[in-house]
Order: sequence, then C-alpha cells, then structure tokens
Amino acid sequence: MLGESLTVRDLRICATPPGGEERIIVNDIGFALAPGEVLALIGESGSGKTTIALAMLGYARSGCRIAGGSVQLGDTDVLSLNPKETRALRGHRVAYIAQSAAAAFNPSRTLMDQVIEGALIHGVMSRQEARQKAVSLFHDLALPEPDHIGERYPHQVSGGQLQRVMAAMALITDPALVILDEPTTALDVTTQIEVLRAFKQVMRERGTTAIYVSHDLAVVAQMADQVLVLQNGETQEHNTTARILAQPAHAYTRSLLAAARPHEHLSPVRGRPGAELLDIDDLQVGYGARNAQGRPANVVLEHINLHLTSGQALGVIGESGSGKSTLARAVAGLVAPSHGAIQFDRRELSTTLRGRTPEQFRRIQMVFQSADNALNPAHSVQRLLNRPLETYFNLDRRARRARVEELMDLVKLPRHLLERKPGELSGGQKQRINLARALAARPDLILCDEVTSALDTVVGAAILELLVELRRELGVAYLFISHDISTVRSLCDDVMVLYQGQCVESGPCRQVLDTPQHDYTRRLIGSVPELRQGWLESRPPRSETAATMA
Amino acid sequence: MSKLVLGRLSSSLLTLFLVSLVIFAITSLLPGDTAQQILGQFATPEQLAALRVEMGLDQPALWRYWHWLSGFVTGDLGMSASNGMPVAQLMNDRLPNSLLLAAITTAISVPVALTMGLVAAMRRGGNVDRALNVVTLSMVAVPEFLVATIAVLIFAVHLGWLPALSYVSTVESFGDFMRIYAMPVLTLCCVLIAQMARMTRAALIDQLDSAYVEMARLKGVPPMRRVLRHALPNAVGPIANAVALSLSYLLGGVIIVETIFNYPGIASLMVDAVSNRDLALVQACAMLFCGAYLILVMAADLCAILSNPRLRNR
Amino acid sequence: MSEIQAMTHRRQSVPSRRDSHRRMTQSSRLPIATPARRNKPRLKLTRWIGLTLFGLWILIAIVGPWLAPYPMGAFVSDEIYGGASVAHWLGTDYMGRDMLSRILTGARYTVGLAVVAALLSSLVGAGFGMLAVLLPHWLEEGIRRIFDTLISIPSKMMALVMVSAFGASIPLLILAAVLSYAPGAFRIAHSLATNLATLEYVQVAKTRGEGRFYIAAVEILPNMIQSVLTDMGMRFVFIVLLLSGMSFLGLGVQPPAADLGSLVRENIGGLSDGALAVIAPALAIGTLTIGANLLIDSLSNSRDTQKE
Repeated sequence: MLGESLTVRDLRICATPPGGEERIIVNDIGFALAPGEVLALIGESGSGKTTIALAMLGYARSGCRIAGGSVQLGDTDVLSLNPKETRALRGHRVAYIAQSAAAAFNPSRTLMDQVIEGALIHGVMSRQEARQKAVSLFHDLALPEPDHIGERYPHQVSGGQLQRVMAAMALITDPALVILDEPTTALDVTTQIEVLRAFKQVMRERGTTAIYVSHDLAVVAQMADQVLVLQNGETQEHNTTARILAQPAHAYTRSLLAAARPHEHLSPVRGRPGAELLDIDDLQVGYGARNAQGRPANVVLEHINLHLTSGQALGVIGESGSGKSTLARAVAGLVAPSHGAIQFDRRELSTTLRGRTPEQFRRIQMVFQSADNALNPAHSVQRLLNRPLETYFNLDRRARRARVEELMDLVKLPRHLLERKPGELSGGQKQRINLARALAARPDLILCDEVTSALDTVVGAAILELLVELRRELGVAYLFISHDISTVRSLCDDVMVLYQGQCVESGPCRQVLDTPQHDYTRRLIGSVPELRQGWLESRPPRSETAATMA
Repeated sequence: MSKLVLGRLSSSLLTLFLVSLVIFAITSLLPGDTAQQILGQFATPEQLAALRVEMGLDQPALWRYWHWLSGFVTGDLGMSASNGMPVAQLMNDRLPNSLLLAAITTAISVPVALTMGLVAAMRRGGNVDRALNVVTLSMVAVPEFLVATIAVLIFAVHLGWLPALSYVSTVESFGDFMRIYAMPVLTLCCVLIAQMARMTRAALIDQLDSAYVEMARLKGVPPMRRVLRHALPNAVGPIANAVALSLSYLLGGVIIVETIFNYPGIASLMVDAVSNRDLALVQACAMLFCGAYLILVMAADLCAILSNPRLRNR
Repeated sequence: MSEIQAMTHRRQSVPSRRDSHRRMTQSSRLPIATPARRNKPRLKLTRWIGLTLFGLWILIAIVGPWLAPYPMGAFVSDEIYGGASVAHWLGTDYMGRDMLSRILTGARYTVGLAVVAALLSSLVGAGFGMLAVLLPHWLEEGIRRIFDTLISIPSKMMALVMVSAFGASIPLLILAAVLSYAPGAFRIAHSLATNLATLEYVQVAKTRGEGRFYIAAVEILPNMIQSVLTDMGMRFVFIVLLLSGMSFLGLGVQPPAADLGSLVRENIGGLSDGALAVIAPALAIGTLTIGANLLIDSLSNSRDTQKE
C-alpha cells in the first residue's frame, strides 16, 4: 500500500483539567499532505504537537476531546468513524511510533508477538506471513540478528534497537500514514543517527505519508518536506522545510532557529589563568563488592585526571552511561571513589560529605539537571534562597533579605516570585532559582549537571547565556556536565570527552571539538544533526559491526 | 531465577525464625509464671518449685527456647496446660475444620473478587465502578461481627432459613452442609471480596494507564483484548499479592467468625486457649497462623517473580 | 510526560506516587483507601456522609457521657433486651440497663483507645521510617528487619498472644495495637522517605553540609506529611476493628468498663431474638469505621487531583 493523501481542516481539541473548566488546547489547525510527503510538527512542550498527531488516529487522551474539524485520509473521514471503524483504522492504515519505546512495549510479551499483533487483529495476513514480513523489516531497519531478535523480550534489547523494532511494528501493515512522536528524543546522538537513517530509508522505499513530531529543528530538517511551527496549540508558521530554514517568516520560528544554531556568539572570553582550584588524580568510582585490589564489581569511572583553575570552565561530554554525572557527584561528595584523590584549593578534599569543612561545602555548589526535583516543593523561593545564607554567612535578617533580592536580580527574575513555591514557576524560572541558590553561597566552583537538557531549546539557550554572564561577572569556575556538544562549545574553555567511564580525549574546546583525534570523539561530533537539509545523507554510514553496538 | 527464588525462600525462613523468637519472648520470658497459673494462688513454694523443674522452667531462657523450637520441628508441641492433652492432637482435631472453611471461602471469594475488580477497572469512572467503589469501601471497614449479626437477623431470625449461631456436627446431606457453612462463609466473603476487588482494580488500573496499553489501543486492539492480553499479564504479580494479602485477612477473620458461629476450628481453639492462658497451645496456634501468613505472602512473591520475564529469564 | 498532562496539570515533584502507593497496599493488610485516578468524578456525597458519621462519633466520644440519660451501670428497667421505647431509645440490655447510655459512654473507649494507638503507631512507624533513611546502612537494615518481623505477625495474633501472656488491660491493648500497626506505618513512611531522599533537593541539602535532622525535618517531612496523615487515618480504622474484635472475644476492654465491642459481646445472647441491644452497638462500630473510611478516601482523592 502506498501512502495516501492527508488533509486536516480546522482541527480543534479541548481539554478539561481535573476540577477545572474545559479549554481549547489545539485550535484551528489545518494542513494538507500529498501521498508520500512528510510533515513535521514542531514546537516546545505544551505546544499541542502530540495532541494533534494523536488526532490523526481519531484518538484523544483522557481528559481531552476532539471538538471540531476534519481529518481526511485518502477518502476516509477519520473523525466521523464509529469506534469499531476507528479500531480498524488504527494499526492498519494509520500507525503510531511512540517516543519511549521502552515504555510502549509490553514488558511481558515477546517483541515478535507485539510486532505482528496489529497485522493479525486486522486480518491483513496470516501469522506465518506476518512473521516473515517482520523479519524482513528487521533486516531493512538494520537490526542485529533479524531472524531471532523477535524472540526477545523488550528489556533484552537496547533503546535504539527497540525504537527500530517499534518502526517495524508500525510498518508491518504497510500503513498509509505513520505518526512518529519524537521517536529519537530519548536516544543518544550516536544512536539517533542510525535510527534516523533506518527510518528515512524504509519510509522512502514504501512511499509512506508521515507526520513527524519533534522539538528538534535539526532532526526535522533531515526528515520532513513541510514544517508546521506550533505554539500554544496554534499554527505560527507553515511552509516547506527549505523555506522555514532559509527564510523564517515568524518571530517565534526565528527564535527557535536561533536557539538551535550553535551559540557561537556566546563564545566566552578565555578566563584569566587563575590559581589551581580542583585537581583530580586517577579517580575511580564504582559500586558493588570490591575485589582484593579494592576494585568494585561495577566500575563507572576510571583513570580520570582533571585540573581546573579558578574561573575556568571545563565541559565534560559523554553519552548516557559514560559516567559524567558520577564525576560531578564524586566531586560533590555524594559518591565515594574507590581509588584516587581529589584536591580542592591545594587541600585534600574528603571523599565523603562527613569529612568536609563548612568552607569547602560553601565553595563547591552543585546545580542539578531537573529543576523540578532540585527545589523542594514545600518551600517558598524566599526560603530556598535564604537557607544557604543562614548556613554559610552570619547575616542579620535585613542583610539576608537584601542579598536574596540581589540574587533574584542576578538571575534576572522579578522579586514578586519570592513568595511563590516551585510548583508555581515555569521550568526556566525554576532553573534560575536553582542557579541563584548555588550563587548564594558565593562559590568558587559550580558543578552543573545537564542544567539545560530538561528545558525547551529557547529557554535552555537563555539559561546558557546567563551562565556565561555570571562567569564573566563573578569569576566562578564551572565543571559543566552535558551530552550536548554545542552548549559545551559555547560555554567552556576546555573539554573532556568521556566514553564508557574513561576519558578518551581532553584539551582546549576549540582544539578537541574542531580537530578531534580520537575515533569516538569524531563519531560523537559527527553524529550531531546539523541544521541543514541533506546532512543525514552526507554522513557515511557506520560499519556493520559498529551498527550492532547501537 | 533460582537464585531469586532461593533468596525469597530463605528470607521467609529467617522471618519465621524471628517471629518464633518474638512469640516465645512474649509468652515465656516476661513475667507471668506458667507454674503459678496451673497451681493457682494457694500453691506452696515447694509445689511451685517442683512443677517448675518438671516443666523445665528452671532452665535458662535460651535453653527453653531451643527446646521449644526443636519440639516444633519434630512435631512435639508440648502439653496443653488446661486439659492435659498434647497440643498437637488438639490442633489435629480442629485444623481440618478451619482448612475446609478457608477453602470454601477462597473458592467463592477469589473468582467473584477478581471479576469485580476486572469489571470496575474496565468501567473506570462509570456508574458501575463508582457504585462498586462505595460498596467495597464500606465493606472493608465493617467489623465481621456486624456482618454476622445482620446475616443472622436476616437468614435465621426473619427468614428462618438457617439455624442461628449453632453448629450441627453431623453432615448428612448437602442441605446440612449448606446450613453449616452458609453464614460463616458469607461473613468471611463479604470483607474478603471487597478488599480483593479493590486491590485487583488498583493493580489493573496501574497497567491500563501505562504507555504500552495506550500503544495497544493505537494499534487497534479491542478493549477486552487490551485488558486480558496486555494489562493482565503484567498485573499478575500485584494481583497475586492482593489475593495473598486478602486471604491473610482470613487468619484474623476466622477468629471472630468461628467464635460467633461456634465453629470448631483452630481459631476458636486459640481463643479458648487465650482465655485459659494455656500458653503452649497459644504459642503453637500463633506459630501456625504466622507460618500460614508467611507462606501466603511468599507464594504471592513467587508468582510475581515467575510472571515477570525480566526476573524469570535471569 | 505527554504534553497534555504537562499542560493541564501543574506538575510537582511527587516521589513516584504510583510506586509508593503500591508499597502502601502491599504493606497494609487491609488497603482501605486507594488514591483516585485522574478525572475520576469527585464523590462529594461520600465525603459528606463520611464527615458526618465520623464527626458524630468523635463528638460522642468527647461529650457522650454527659449526654447519657442514665449512668452507664444503672439497672433502669425490669425488661431485658427491651425494644426501643420513649424511655429507652435504644432499648435495654441483658441486665436491663439503658443501651443508649451504654453506647454513649462506651464510644469513648472505642474512639479514645483507637486514637491514642493510631497516633502512637504513626509516630513510632513514621519516625523510624524517616530516620532509617538517614542512618548508616546496617542500622537501617536492622530496623527494617525488626519491623518486617513484626508485620509478619497478623494483628489479632499479636493481640491474642500478648493478652494470653499478660492479661487484658488498657495499656496492653494499646501496646498490642501499636506493635501490630506501627510496622505498616514504618513501611509506608520508609518507602516514601527513601524515594524523597534520592530526590535532588535532598542531595543539594547534603552537599550544603546540612545535618541529618535538618534534612529529615525540613526537606523530607513536609513532603510526606499528608501521606502519613492519611495513613494514620487508615490505621485508626484498623485499630477500631482490632480492639472491638478483641472486646467482642471477651479479651479486650474488661468489665465494668465497656467499649462498643464489649456491648456486642455481652448482648449476643439476644441475637436470636433480634434484640436491639446487640444490633445497635454493632451498627455503631460499623458507622464509625465506614464513616472514617469514606472520609479518608475522599480526602486522599481530592488531594491527588489537586496535586497531579
């Protein structure tokens, strides 16, 4: 079956929050796709992009309802079907690929069982045919051991592979329309590129019409023919991908593009070479029982050497499982290393919290990734900022109040937020409070663990700008943990690349990121999607052996 | 997996051992002298001393504990202080009655409760669900003797179908059987079903809310199949847990029910033993009930391990 | 997190609610109140019924003895198991005493004992549960082992064994109830606190050099207090059921004092005649526990909807 045309008119979706009034969350959405075309829905969290995508299946999540408009697939009016006809449509003519494959697969059934279920329910083919079809899809999607991977359970397969198995599940009935809902967002970049390549190839071969939901413009540039930019459930701009990238008409689109481009303009002034601040010598961190040599059963981090002078910013790059967060936690004293030493300001830093002096606590501050969890929801902003002042400084109430207000100014937040609780703040505001709390201690070193990755691109970019500015004004040093190369590039002087718990390369940012020496660094940098069409095709595919690792 | 199962088994054994320690400590170590009790207030010190030696009460506590525990393993549960019969024999006479009552109650309540839980989960938020919610919510908070009282009033006093509060010891026909068991079983089932249905509903709803059930829906899987093929296999662990915990309620419930209906089971034996301060019998009964509880909970955990491919394939 | 949820619900960092709830149901033998799900219509009616019934019994427990028309032990009628009359609204008992007076007085024992025991259970359970998280690992394990052992002794067993050893007295009944129900409170509080302790704001407090007690009292406690209170309500219901059960067996509150369970016991002889003297106290306990249960359930429901 080839892709069919899709026409959406005046789509409107309402949501009723518990105990609240119904309100419109998606309004007046319309677009038209020719058979085989791919439309990207792009926007930040809360923009309604997933809600719109699900409406293509005639589905609204609980608490929401499709209030008006039409979805025309080929000659079927999707929204006017009865429940039985809708069921016959789903997983047959329209298929869905979810963001988190790990959650979307039933943990207690084999992959093959789930991949062919749709085909069997809709009576498209026999079990035998479905199995053969699945195996051939596994082949096309470059899955390892395509003949046997179906016998496994979801937990026995890696995230990138699972995402491709889900694509097989969607494509098994040769659907006319495929909905891809942030299918690579949960993946590491080196895995993402392989998955994107596999998706693109199978979709092109089958001429599938598709809707690709994403927040990442660079990814969208590779996958889509048209882009529809959403904000608060309304269309901001709708055009071909090329036009959107080249001549964005709407201000919001331009801000998205600006945030997605490497932030070269931020490039920090190289910090004055200051005094020795942090010195890590042959650090090893792990967990589990230790053997006779004192080596833990599971080593997370090994042979780490690091030097940081005051005012310097060092980026630590790595993918999930590289041990980068563990490094920050070891410096903070939250995990005790099994080997090696940490010196802070030329004095031995105790590996546990207990052995540290109040002054050391003050001078090293940690800022966590998720501002949601880093701020105690029971306390007001005022109280959150006050506490470090009480702990570290001997100030009277008025002085503390003044300092709290000064901190709010520093992170560019209005003072009336002081009485609020974290639950009443936006993600960006929370992350600023999170920073302000660290700054309250007047620290020499801030450990930043993925501080921008939970935020929308535009918000994240603003936080990054703030970090650069704070460093310039306060001369504080950063140990900046991130998986995002462009943020490290725009903030840090030096960079260290971690791979499976080891440092594969380190040195000045420019040098390492522009002329990487190590294979892994090259692959990592080469996997970051660029904001231009045709980038994906220009990347050489990885060798077979490397692909199976993903 | 076998490692996991063995670990679970040994943990249960350890708990049982600790439980025996607690029960022994409460009943034997602290004040309250068994010898004094048996002989009464007017016993001479010589008589007391002699009886203590005879019962081994002059031995150190640890030795007595060891003696008691080893007696348990070999089936020697000591002598009942109140009627001089071996504890093992007393319990042997009563145990089958209690097991039969428990078996009938289980056979009725489990299917009913699972069905109710399933229906409520599938009709979530609907009228059926809301009605079941209020009913079960009330039922779980009702004391057994209220249910029993009302049952007697309706079936024995007003309708005259069943004898009130009397136990017929001869079972000659199915009618007799019904007469004996109808009200005790009904009383036990009421609370049991309510609890089990609530927990089953909660366990299923947890799964029905999951991303993979939504995925199944978006694949066009019909509702019944979503529940039975997608949600249920993953809810086996929690549901087994719900069943085990509810059935363990039986252990407490039978105590009241057997007493009300004069049912000659092990629980009423224990209540009598407590009234008579027959400590050997109390200890034995308590260990039996605690052992039963641990077995139930362990069985549920094993169910959870076996039903989860992540644990099963390890 | 889906966009819809992100939009329609203000998110708060609730420590994996579902997880903690599951443990909650596992640890308590009678899972009475289950948190509601999203979009479940609010059962306002059940809340009002619950509040009325529960409030009524609390009020009776406080002022009941003064409202009683006759002294509790007075023999006021020649009629035993008398029906309802103008002089005796709830009839008379097996010795010709006024049932209304006996219930009004007896409720104080039932409610009072259960309130004290529930408070103590939650205090002990939640206190240890919270502290255990901050203690060294071996100590935490030790505490857990102790509570795990206690939880494996069904509550009625514990009470029976203790009564057989020490006889039934009010302090002992309270102790038995606390030993039975503190472990459940411990498990819930411990799992909540364990979840909270892994959250980043607790880590931040640790790296700020805060002490254990500050972390427990200021960072952890405020975020679990509501769950602990709900749990305490549930424990209250369990304890009412346990203690009335013990009294019903004649192993609880001893004469001349009488709680509602004892009233059922002493008049059980009138059951075959359908005497009001046995039905009234049984219904009294039922309305108290059902009321409390409906109230707790509706409160935890509405709190959930607010939070999600």
